[in-house]
Amino acid sequence: MTVIQFEQVHFTYPGEEHESLCGVDLQIEAGTFVAVLGHNGSGKSTLAKHMNAILTPTEGRVLVRGVDTADEERLLDVRRSVGMVFQNPDNQIVANVVEDDVAFAPENLGVAPEEIRRRVDEALETVGMSEFKQHAPHLLSGGQKQRVAIAGVLAMQPEIIVLDEPTAMLDPQGRREVISTVTRLCREKGMTVVLITHHMDECIGADRLVVMSNGRIVADGAPAEVFSRVELMEQEGLTVPETTRLLYDLNAEGLALPLTALEIDACAELIAEKIR
Amino acid sequence: MLKDITLGQFFPGDTLVHRLDARTKLIWLLLYIVALFQAKSWWSYGLVIAVTVLCMAVSRISPKNIFKGLKPMLFIIVLTGLLNIFYTTGTPILPGWIVTWEGIGRAVAMILRITLLIAGTFLLTYTTSPIALTDGLEKLLTPLKKLHVPVHEMTIMMSMALRFIPTLIEETDKIMSAQKARGADFETGRLIDRARALLPILVPLFVSAFRRADELAVAMESRCYHGGEGRTRMKQMKLQSIDYLALIFGLVFLAAVIVLRHFGL
Amino acid sequence: MPELRIEALTHVYSAGTPFQKTAIENIDLTIPQGQMVGLLGHTGSGKSTFIQHLNALLQPSSGRVLCDGKDINADKYSRRDVKWQVGLVFQYPEYQLFEETVYKDIAFGPKNHKLSDKEIDERVREAAHFVGVDEALFERSPLELSGGQKRRVAIAGVIAMRPGVLILDEPTAGLDPAGCRQILDNIMDYREKTGSTVILVSHNMDDAARLAERLIVFDHGHVAMDGTPEQVFAEPEKLVSIGLNVPQPSAIAMALRQRGVPLEGSIYTHGQLLRAVLRAKEASAC
Repeated sequence: MTVIQFEQVHFTYPGEEHESLCGVDLQIEAGTFVAVLGHNGSGKSTLAKHMNAILTPTEGRVLVRGVDTADEERLLDVRRSVGMVFQNPDNQIVANVVEDDVAFAPENLGVAPEEIRRRVDEALETVGMSEFKQHAPHLLSGGQKQRVAIAGVLAMQPEIIVLDEPTAMLDPQGRREVISTVTRLCREKGMTVVLITHHMDECIGADRLVVMSNGRIVADGAPAEVFSRVELMEQEGLTVPETTRLLYDLNAEGLALPLTALEIDACAELIAEKIR
Repeated sequence: MLKDITLGQFFPGDTLVHRLDARTKLIWLLLYIVALFQAKSWWSYGLVIAVTVLCMAVSRISPKNIFKGLKPMLFIIVLTGLLNIFYTTGTPILPGWIVTWEGIGRAVAMILRITLLIAGTFLLTYTTSPIALTDGLEKLLTPLKKLHVPVHEMTIMMSMALRFIPTLIEETDKIMSAQKARGADFETGRLIDRARALLPILVPLFVSAFRRADELAVAMESRCYHGGEGRTRMKQMKLQSIDYLALIFGLVFLAAVIVLRHFGL
Repeated sequence: MPELRIEALTHVYSAGTPFQKTAIENIDLTIPQGQMVGLLGHTGSGKSTFIQHLNALLQPSSGRVLCDGKDINADKYSRRDVKWQVGLVFQYPEYQLFEETVYKDIAFGPKNHKLSDKEIDERVREAAHFVGVDEALFERSPLELSGGQKRRVAIAGVIAMRPGVLILDEPTAGLDPAGCRQILDNIMDYREKTGSTVILVSHNMDDAARLAERLIVFDHGHVAMDGTPEQVFAEPEKLVSIGLNVPQPSAIAMALRQRGVPLEGSIYTHGQLLRAVLRAKEASAC
């Protein structure tokens, strides 16, 4: 089932001349983990902001579970089904106590108090932050803050969660925490996850990788397949994982290895077989 | 040093005072302030001090924390004290001296009054989470909504401000260090130079505060915020019998101070 | 060009309060002039506290920092003067830009040094050139620039002080791969042309492995490892136990060795890995 559908979407920021999105067509299927990769200014964040009607297309349309995001009457329906997590963890936490922050969305939706309590506890449990529920957010680490932000979105019970460069400001430890949390959301809770990033290593575990450049989709497929197009990736100012890079360079030396192994172990296995 | 500011800080706990409804504590603070300003004699000051100490003991807030909070106000407190010592006419403590017994008395009274006022306020903020506090304020001010006063908007703005105080303090520290690394000098020079030296801190701070506000607004809307209408609360406010008891105690306390004043005590 | 000596440096935050915390303890290091140092460690390992001691932004609780043999905390003049010798670029330095124009912002440091207008001008142009900021941008407001440009202007603001030691805390944080590469190239270029010491604080093991001559690893306020990249990456288990990653080529080399592929030498860059695998291939073909 398609949960998000972009149909020939064009978008230009007010007061600017060039288009940030130039005719994007994209369908996202329920329960999949989609990574969107692109350099700064490629339009990937603009794409994300169209998914919960923070921005609406200047041309074309975006449907979220069949609802046109430009329909202001249905705005809350769209936002309730697409949870958004942003780059700066400090600027999306609204309350002084972790659990009060997680309660913010269901409170806005007028959910009954006992139900809010249940959802808050469950959401914090899911992201592994239950023991911090009474803490002040500004004392948490970056990775912990982002997990609180994810919990805050989960408490809305959305089907889709869109993360707009959630790891850009985090250290490696924080990045691991966030990526493993969202991977679990998709694999165990069956949620649809859209991860916007410029770290190629975060895309390895995704079902599908979409590469954006200059407001267009330039590659779309399984991560192993997309990364195997090494020339294209480099031309877009992106890097490929060291595993792909190694296989690619070995092939240039005549080894004829498939470029599909992204995980270190799989890659080592391939090379070991060839050499032994 | 900026990190030492304790204003708006909350020390979570599970004491009787912590459990009281925020509205009760807000009304209590109001009664306390009125009582404080009705206090005239040493008897009534003694009563107010006794009640303050009692509240501190029950809430298990150490006097150290209260004094730490007083530190930034020290200048104002001392200044008020000095002004009262020197500008009160009466019997000089030694013939020909400008300092009078009345002056000393008034200085002590003023210092006590300000200190107690701040201590009482801190007791409220230390024992009440900012969310509960703003929720309580919103509830108490609800009648004003009929007069088209934007009570919800005011209180949510207040809670946001409280939420971002630590973040902005941290940021100010960072910007200051960065500018010092570029040779900025905040400590020496004439007053005008020092005021100008603040620009490299204030400009980036404002720019960042606006950016934060912008991002925060988008994040709030993304989480379905659409004003106060139809909002519910996870933590329901319900006055318990303990709240009524506390309020009665507060009224008795105020009445006692007024009675003391009536008898010239 | 200065040499830095750090002797028994300890820093305790909020000493004498319940929040007392020892951030770094008993650090002894000598950083000779011109060295390219990679400073590694996870958040909270004490590396941020450490670098702020090198230009006297923080004063030691005990121990000394010597710049060319002189105690930088001897008096307030030496604390001030060391800022011209040791330049520190904080994380996300673009958040400190404040002037109306790019030119004025880069000139802020030299101006605080009370240099002549002519000399300030010379330094601003030189610094802008080092980081690839075009002079056409000089009269623009720094706030109008793109993220990567802002970052470079902010770094130029420190370079304009012509520090003999340049310290950068995570200069590539939040940038895309192209932006990262550009900034790192600029920094290497600055070092090559001026012979300055560069201390690069980084989370990125691959960058550190590629660029640094010497790696210093902080853990819990102590120096846990100190040596050439070859020496440090020869102990991948130790890095992992500290909670750090190893460079990707090292990780792949480890996996290959586990599978019985004989790889020679120390491997921590792509080139080394590629060559080692090709050699192993030739050896097995014989």
